[in-house]
Amino acid sequence: MSKYKSIRSAGTGYSVLIEKRTIWISAVLLVLTMGTMIISTGMGSLYISPMNVVKVLLGVGDPAHQVVVMKLRLPRIVIAALVGASLAVAGAILQGVIRNPLASPDVAGITEGASLGAVLFIFLLGGTVPVQWMPIASITGALAVTGLLYVLSWKRGVDPLRLVLIGIGLSAAIKSLSYMFIISGPMQLAERSLTFMTGSIYGVSWDKDVITLLPWLAILFPLTWLQARILNIQALGDDTASSAGAQVQRQRFILILLSVALAGAAVAIGGAITFIGLMAPHMARKLAGASFGSVLPVSALLGALILLISDLVARTVFIPKDVPAGVLTAAIGAPFFMYLLYRNRNR
Amino acid sequence: MLEAEGLGLSYGDKYIFNSLDLSIPKGKITVFIGSNGCGKSTLLRSMARLLKPQNGTVMLDGTDISRMATKEIARKLAILPQGPIAPDGLTVLQLVKQGRYPYQSWLRQWSREDERIVREALEATGMSGLSEQSVDSLSGGQRQRAWIAMTLAQQTPIILLDEPTTYLDMTHQIEVLDLLYEMNRRDDRTIVMVLHDINLACRYADHIVAIRAGQIEAEGKPGEVIDEQLIEKVFRLKCEIIPDPLYGTPLCIPYTNCSLKAVKEVLRR
Amino acid sequence: MKIIYLIVPLVVLAGVVVCSVAFGVTDIPIGTVWESIIHYNASNEHLIIRTTRIPRALIAAAVGACLAIAGAVMQVLTRNPIASPSTLGVNAGAAFFIMLCGLSLGISGQQAFTWVALIGAALSGGIVFLLGSIGRDGMTPVKITLAGASMSAFFASLTQGLMLTNGKMFDQILAWLVGSVAGREMSQLEAVWPYMAAGMAIALLLSRHLNVLAMGDDMAQGLGQSPGRTKAFGAASVILLAGGSVAVAGPIAFVGIIIPHIVRYLVGTDYRWILPCSAVFGAILLVAADLGSRYIAMPKEVPVGVMTAIMGVPFFVYIARKGRRTS
Repeated sequence: MSKYKSIRSAGTGYSVLIEKRTIWISAVLLVLTMGTMIISTGMGSLYISPMNVVKVLLGVGDPAHQVVVMKLRLPRIVIAALVGASLAVAGAILQGVIRNPLASPDVAGITEGASLGAVLFIFLLGGTVPVQWMPIASITGALAVTGLLYVLSWKRGVDPLRLVLIGIGLSAAIKSLSYMFIISGPMQLAERSLTFMTGSIYGVSWDKDVITLLPWLAILFPLTWLQARILNIQALGDDTASSAGAQVQRQRFILILLSVALAGAAVAIGGAITFIGLMAPHMARKLAGASFGSVLPVSALLGALILLISDLVARTVFIPKDVPAGVLTAAIGAPFFMYLLYRNRNR
Repeated sequence: MLEAEGLGLSYGDKYIFNSLDLSIPKGKITVFIGSNGCGKSTLLRSMARLLKPQNGTVMLDGTDISRMATKEIARKLAILPQGPIAPDGLTVLQLVKQGRYPYQSWLRQWSREDERIVREALEATGMSGLSEQSVDSLSGGQRQRAWIAMTLAQQTPIILLDEPTTYLDMTHQIEVLDLLYEMNRRDDRTIVMVLHDINLACRYADHIVAIRAGQIEAEGKPGEVIDEQLIEKVFRLKCEIIPDPLYGTPLCIPYTNCSLKAVKEVLRR
Repeated sequence: MKIIYLIVPLVVLAGVVVCSVAFGVTDIPIGTVWESIIHYNASNEHLIIRTTRIPRALIAAAVGACLAIAGAVMQVLTRNPIASPSTLGVNAGAAFFIMLCGLSLGISGQQAFTWVALIGAALSGGIVFLLGSIGRDGMTPVKITLAGASMSAFFASLTQGLMLTNGKMFDQILAWLVGSVAGREMSQLEAVWPYMAAGMAIALLLSRHLNVLAMGDDMAQGLGQSPGRTKAFGAASVILLAGGSVAVAGPIAFVGIIIPHIVRYLVGTDYRWILPCSAVFGAILLVAADLGSRYIAMPKEVPVGVMTAIMGVPFFVYIARKGRRTS
């Protein structure tokens, strides 16, 4: 078994099997992500060479660059990476639970629920409550919709296929509700809400957005990784998983909760950015195989990379227009989805 | 020891079976036969706690399974459902590893023992050479062997299988059943399965259970239980039972509408 | 006695159309409505009836009928109970093309919109049909629904991106994007009705063939049908019906999924009955929903698309829960 590395600690009784390929792929992707972050930070109306970006990051750069890099660009880059990673992991969980490589938080209603939460926050509380509370609103929205979805799909347990079908119907209804609130509200809030529903990471800052998102992810990512073993067994189907002694329904509930929290937190900051939750886990499976111990970290890195590149293109190619990154991810995602369907045509 | 006592299960107000008693003999191969929709799969699934019966209990080693932790059951009893589907790209090794799930925890995810047992399960099923192949690239028979390897890795004294030979051609059916036979005879595992082919059931079973409309019509050694009357009752099929020329077990030759005279003439020539 | 399911609803339809003309922010006596039709006198009330209420009711009826038929046809073509112009992204495609044409190219006018909507419907419908027919047994309900949801998400993203980068008239465009029949003029219906009528005619002529196709491609071929041709004509009718509807009312959701299920429950599986009954029931649904939408947030109006989207949810739940457990 030279393709694997067993890690065992005699003292604690800890033992785990890791595929060497996963370590390699993760290392390469990490370097790529870092590289893209640095290059992307340099791009924009004022070009800063990657070397100079690194100098600024090390604290020895040009003071003129200092402001642009640290204040204006870096928060957006960091947010792109974090939001991309959490959407990707949320998607990976959902695809495992629903056992369908075509599922993702944006088609199952989770993203729509989160954006309805945010739209309501903007319209009902607009101005009276600090923006930092928005993640609570969108996570609540996502949770409420998922809760409703759960109740509607419950019939001697939750069947994954039922969950998806009802999710799609529900998300269409919720989207039109969001539109209705935008129409009936004041005009000046419409643009903000619509931007949110499309998904954009324009104008984010350290103290509002990065600080809001980081604690969520610092808890949710490790928690998810610990669930990899359970995701692996869930992926074999309800009967097999129960036969192996898994508490299928309870674990499914916890996994969906994790997915909702990750997607909700990401949507709160980045808006309803679509298709990353679909694409990244899929690519991850192609690269790292079907085991979730590998799929989860590789998806996170790929998700970060996809959103970084999408945002880079969205803000540089169409200058002076700053196109929402969500439009770009949808533009890559839909053809990707068609390709997936074609590949899966006989299953 | 696996027993059902007064088991009753219904969908809505329609009973699949009602107050059914059954005791699975230890260390033997037990086969459920019956026509489509007679409740044999449902019975198998409820004995493995995949379905929850409304009345009655399933006893595993003297304990009611509804009072046992599901992981505890998983260390004593494994079930291979019908037509299980592995996720895309999952390798045989990754699949078989899942069989160790009931023994693992957050901390202990891959002990030396896990490694040894998985290796043994792969060897026992002849899948060692294919362990890096993805499950969906295997042939039907190999795929079924991979799944059986997974249940083997679960290291349970009892294994239940729901129609393990469906969608397999004759060669692969024999391959799978021979493997199960070997597991039973060599490791003394109790095997319970649902089979559609009466002749193969008679050949492999130590104990046969004929089910009709949620009732156990007859049970016992195939040679003692299977006769024309039973087959007619259970399957609504007229047939003649002759001894299998190779093994002496009952062989069911069904009557059909084909002209018997013409057939006899062909045989005479 | 299936004819009852056609005659009674026709009477009901006439009733709701009259109510739709009579009731709203200002209620008008039925007598005045009648008068305005036979003795038009250009009074304020008569003007409202002639220029606002009647076009609105007629457009709602036409659009509802079209979407319901399109849904029924799509459900046979994809052999999938969850298919409809909105679930499979046909409406979203048509809507995006209208936005593209209106916002980026600055073209307007009902004729242009209709053509563009037909192109959009054909493009997105074509992709979905193609996807729906690949594979050994066509696509499973889940797969085709996911495909449709993704197509919708794709076009919705592009549409929103287009609006944000061209930033103006959000409220009007959004009201149109959820689907609404408010504030429409007779001329708009005049521009689209030939396409709608053509789509209906094709669908009705096809109904006998649809009955055979519903049993599966192989079976249809075995019975001497050319499934490819039936599907092509079916797709053409869906494109005309959905494209025409979107061009005048925007992408109204779920009518095509709600109605065929109700109708199948009432009249059985014969498409020679299902299609005409769907048309009448679809018309009733949309006229009634539009009438109801005037009362929810009086004096403001809720776009009727929001109403149908919410009404559709129970049907998704029903279809999803009815299906056998498949895991």
